[in-house]
Amino acid sequence: MLEITNLVKSFGGVRATDDVTMTFETGSLTAIIGPNGAGKSTFFNLLSGAFRPDSGDIRLDGQSIIGLSIGEIVRRGIGRAFQVASIFPSLTVEETMLAAVSAHHGHASRLGSRFPLASTRAHAAHCIEMVGLTAKRDTLSSNLSHGDQKLLDIALALVLEPKVLLLDEPTAGMGPEERWRVIEKVRELWERQKITVVFIEHDMDIVFKIAPSIRVLSYGRVLAQGTPQEIRTNPAVIEAYLGTEHEAAA
Amino acid sequence: MTRPALRDGLFGLAAFLILAALPLLTTSSALVDFVIRCAALGLFATSLNLLVGYGGMVSFGHGLFFGMGAYSFGIIMQRTGMPIPLAILLTMAVAAVAALAVGAICVKLKDIYFTFVTLAFQMLVHSMIIAWVPVTGGDQGLRGGIPRPSFLGINLADQKQLYLFSAALLVLGLLAMRHIVSSPFGYTLRLVRDNPTRAVFLGVDVYRTRLTAFVLAGVFASLGGVVMSLFVSGAYPEFAFWTMSGEAVFIVMLGGTAAFLGPMVGTVLLLLLNDFVTRVAEHHGLVLGTVILLFALGLRKGLLDFVMDWRAARRTRAQADADRIAGTNTIAGTDKIERVAT
Repeated sequence: MLEITNLVKSFGGVRATDDVTMTFETGSLTAIIGPNGAGKSTFFNLLSGAFRPDSGDIRLDGQSIIGLSIGEIVRRGIGRAFQVASIFPSLTVEETMLAAVSAHHGHASRLGSRFPLASTRAHAAHCIEMVGLTAKRDTLSSNLSHGDQKLLDIALALVLEPKVLLLDEPTAGMGPEERWRVIEKVRELWERQKITVVFIEHDMDIVFKIAPSIRVLSYGRVLAQGTPQEIRTNPAVIEAYLGTEHEAAA
Repeated sequence: MTRPALRDGLFGLAAFLILAALPLLTTSSALVDFVIRCAALGLFATSLNLLVGYGGMVSFGHGLFFGMGAYSFGIIMQRTGMPIPLAILLTMAVAAVAALAVGAICVKLKDIYFTFVTLAFQMLVHSMIIAWVPVTGGDQGLRGGIPRPSFLGINLADQKQLYLFSAALLVLGLLAMRHIVSSPFGYTLRLVRDNPTRAVFLGVDVYRTRLTAFVLAGVFASLGGVVMSLFVSGAYPEFAFWTMSGEAVFIVMLGGTAAFLGPMVGTVLLLLLNDFVTRVAEHHGLVLGTVILLFALGLRKGLLDFVMDWRAARRTRAQADADRIAGTNTIAGTDKIERVAT
């Protein structure tokens, strides 16, 4: 369980995260939505240790992770994928995953043996299979399609065997077809792995269709939380977020 | 032993045997000298490529460790006369300590800052060599010759034996570096080169990885320095001057950064050019400059990288043709057109 209490982070005079309190139950799938500049990415950066909060607490299974290094937070079980696929362009899919598994198993500095270590093969192959990239394992990462690069980014987070998986806009910049392919993979992962998945998403169709639980951020604050049905009918959400979307669409 | 490791070992052995057989075919002492110089510069340039090609860190002060290797070895031999293999190991240890100190500061810096601070450290060491006359001989260099006592029946005062010894050091050094880039650490280094931010989120200690690479590169550069000081039986401030670093960067650009042996090819090219051009032209710098411009602007990569890419592209085309005939589809984008050290 990931518990966030009274989390605050300011940049200059702007409160990017303003007294946020929320809980992600173990094994839940939650979407975070909100207009641009609502503080969604900042929130993720706080959860993954990239930013340090001004105040407030983040507890993973009861233990505070405030002040821990990124590496330590990763080891505690919070993995993340990035808004812009963050991969290793000059390595193939398989090399990337083998190197990541090797680092995760504590062999990052090992000089005595040859890469890849036999012990890393099974886990790497498993992670590649989970995101459905097995057929492309010998492809250079930079030659993958945009969607596959995002899936590779997710596979990298899976290497760490996370308890909580944070996905920052897993479908950003994709065409409709690729979007659904990627998001279906995410859902499938969540069902198979029984991990806590939190994802930021702009596409309302996707959010309402696959997320059992939704949190809405606006100006750094929690505007609403609930099931898709509750969010859809929440007047504050309609005004702050969906309303403007509709106007923009009109 | 894994199969690729065995293949590398056999390749190294074959290379050594060929080098060892060369003097039997010709009595040219120029060839012997050429190979020894290739060994010194090749070790130096390949060690630089650990940083440039595999680590993405362009050091412009790598000559520091080449010079330090030559001076440390020379001073140890002149003052203690200990067995040569021991002196070589001690020299590499000295270089490791120096690289640890310099690297601890430099590898924290990004891109151009890294480049220039390594250059600054090199100039600092160069100034120390010039100023510390009682130990280093100042701008005259370390003179009086380096004693080369026989060990295990090997007499390095004999040019033939020095030749074999240099060739052996070259092959062993290259095999060791090849092993480093093929180890799990070597791949961690590639992760850090490609995307340090993402590597952090995989739990990789980026600083430690870069520092380890910096120390290893320094150690093998010093081995190149040892070979050079054995060859010239001395050590000179130019070994630690910035032009020495520049020469290694030049070699790496000529030969290529992606293929492991790129810097070795670059070394042979540069020395051939150097020897040939200085014989026929007065302004040899002008010719060398033109050649590097041709490589940089024409090929846009080092020679060996160019050849490897050309072969890869041809293979991909042949594969595509074969598939078209067979009526099957290839998975798009399996070719490696833009190579980096893999």
